[in-house]
Amino acid sequence: MAEQARLIDIYLLGKRYRVPEGLTILTALEYSGYHLLRGCGCRAGFCGACATIYNFRHDPQLRYDLACQKTVEPEMCIVQIPFFPAVKALYDLEKLAANGEKVKALYPDIVKCYGCNTCTKTCPQGLEVMWFMTDALRGDIPAAADKSFDCLMCGLCAARCPQGLVPYYVGLLCRRLNGRYLTPPAEHVARRVEEIAAGKFDAEIAALKKSGEKELRQKYTERDVEPALEQNWE
Amino acid sequence: MYPAYLEENIHTVEDTRVRRLIENLPRLDEAAKDALLKKYHPDYIKSSMRKLKVGVNRGDYTPLELADLLEGNSRIDPLKIDPSSPDYNVDVLVIGCGGAGASAALLAQEAGARVLITTKLRLGDANTVGAQAGTQAADRPNDSPAIHYLDTMGGGHFENIPELVETLVKDAPSAVKWLEKLGVNWDKAPDGSMRELSGGGTSRRRLHSARDYTGLEEMRVLRDEILNKKIDYLEYTAAVELILDDKGQIAGAVLLNMETEELIIARARAVILATGGLGRLHIQGFPTTNHYGATADGLVLAYRAGARLIFIDTMQYHPTGAVFPLQILGQLVTEKVRTLGAQLVNNRGEQFIMPLEPRDVVTSAIIRECRENQLGLKTPNGDSGVWLYSPMIDIIRGDGTIAQELPAMVRQYRRFNIDITREPILVYPTLHYQNGGIKIDTEGATNVPGLFAAGECTGGVHGRNRLIGNSTLELFVFGRRAGLAAAKYAKDVKRGNPTTEHVRRWQEELKKAGIADERPVSPRLLPDYARRNGGYTSRVFPA
Repeated sequence: MAEQARLIDIYLLGKRYRVPEGLTILTALEYSGYHLLRGCGCRAGFCGACATIYNFRHDPQLRYDLACQKTVEPEMCIVQIPFFPAVKALYDLEKLAANGEKVKALYPDIVKCYGCNTCTKTCPQGLEVMWFMTDALRGDIPAAADKSFDCLMCGLCAARCPQGLVPYYVGLLCRRLNGRYLTPPAEHVARRVEEIAAGKFDAEIAALKKSGEKELRQKYTERDVEPALEQNWE
Repeated sequence: MYPAYLEENIHTVEDTRVRRLIENLPRLDEAAKDALLKKYHPDYIKSSMRKLKVGVNRGDYTPLELADLLEGNSRIDPLKIDPSSPDYNVDVLVIGCGGAGASAALLAQEAGARVLITTKLRLGDANTVGAQAGTQAADRPNDSPAIHYLDTMGGGHFENIPELVETLVKDAPSAVKWLEKLGVNWDKAPDGSMRELSGGGTSRRRLHSARDYTGLEEMRVLRDEILNKKIDYLEYTAAVELILDDKGQIAGAVLLNMETEELIIARARAVILATGGLGRLHIQGFPTTNHYGATADGLVLAYRAGARLIFIDTMQYHPTGAVFPLQILGQLVTEKVRTLGAQLVNNRGEQFIMPLEPRDVVTSAIIRECRENQLGLKTPNGDSGVWLYSPMIDIIRGDGTIAQELPAMVRQYRRFNIDITREPILVYPTLHYQNGGIKIDTEGATNVPGLFAAGECTGGVHGRNRLIGNSTLELFVFGRRAGLAAAKYAKDVKRGNPTTEHVRRWQEELKKAGIADERPVSPRLLPDYARRNGGYTSRVFPA
């Protein structure tokens, strides 16, 4: 297919390469002969390793995306960035309190945000980065956790923040605080852990382990199957 | 956007929607499943495998692509390596840092061991982040670890190692609780109880998810914890050979800085392999859902050091890989789409398989529908696929469900102007998982003293077919166990003199079998996708 497609010019770090239309930035790099080590991970839009900055020959406006998801366009000028080194606050989650003061204590610079919204415009996931930073600043941790949930931690927001803030780490802190302290623990899970420790299911599992294959097959075939869809779906 | 002829077919498929809304396809019985698998599952294509000629598993069948690497030549010359002057000297070396490696490292450190992690990409770059659907644990009142055991054995065709399955299902709730305490944001009801879903081959709703970013959420938290706990790690550093000692115990590993190509000697009292799967070997030419580094390195290292492998003749082809658009060929369309109510339909708008059968069964049914029944759809690229009818989810569960539950999928398709809340997804099976791997016991120990393994690089837990949500579960259950066991082993072991003698003997064995010249070097480390125009290249900086 690749051979029949129309060829377009792209620029990798300023150097011109001719590649078939329809490739992603990642596969265009490989088509051009690059053997990738950095800047390539899951190749499916989940890991953030291939955060890429690009613009066009006659349009200097910078754009941001994941190389594995973005299709190349004619005259595209591409720069891949490595994982952006940013300062992560070190903490013991067990010793934290889930409030805005703690977030500010660990990431004091967040008060320096002056609302330029570059982070939001930069996010390849289309998240409202500046808004979850504002939530964090206000101490609304659940809101920050929710809005930052789809963050891949590619680091582009931190790379572009003129104040040197690290939104992706702030979001992570808020999500961990939310999961640990602001969401009630699942009591049925804790109960089951205790039941297992007390040996409640040991005899039943031992019996299954002792069953011959034929008997096990029969039990498997005859087991009742809970309907997948009948549930109290909010 | 779909091309016009596919849009036209979507109209046909929409016409059967009302009928499908009330249609309940029965589950296949065991005999029908077996027949379907034998005729259509890629594992049953004899010519795709061959017998291994050297090593512990000599005589066992495995796919050609993996056989080449298992019988491969070492990347190092043992005579030029001095393992007695190490660059690092630790208690526990963890090789690979997805969910299993991270769990192992955390628990080993907690148990008092000095830990070093080495990973060939970034910390946390692993298949774990791509796991979307969830993690199984039997914790609802109408469920039990015994039912989870039965589901897992049945899914694996009753060949799973019972002790490993027992460990998996009994540790499952505590693994979920551990992650909850570390701050994972599980999908919950307001009272904190888990909102759990069914999956293919599960008889209860026991999938714990975090939207459709479950693995990402788990990995983000574990990686953060590794940084908080200040565990040492080396990125872009692959293991290329294990080091044994003169007593036959593990003594460390030879590492390779992938950027400078410098070799590094890491001595360790215990080593944990958590290197993941092999999708990037593209078995039988299949595209894959796997991340860039999934090249079976751990299997190669372990095999050369004398560890036994099991179930290396069975791979999992995920039923629903993307076939359109071409940019995302082979990428995962999570099983959660079916879990929520999407159906698989052919070009006439008919369902041809109950959508929540185990994966190998659904995969075989899709291959039959396309190859034999000719009721699939052709992509502009010439590939075949069937419809995964996602709009049914919002019809059944209400508008907005897809947007809330499947943000990653919505986002991925929206890039290509496909709205999966209104239009179906075109899918075909894709290489997803290696069912087998290094043989371990319930503590993650292999038959080589001091060598532990956890996660996808191991075999036995899943038998011949893994169920949804048991892979991420396995990472935490066996990762944590291996971490603890390795730390304990490291405390007690009496060290011998380190040597790479086994590598020299391996090379001799290859020569004796007459295959040294025709086999590649291994481990593979990374796939080579770089196009070589004309095929002739020259190095800028010769070695």
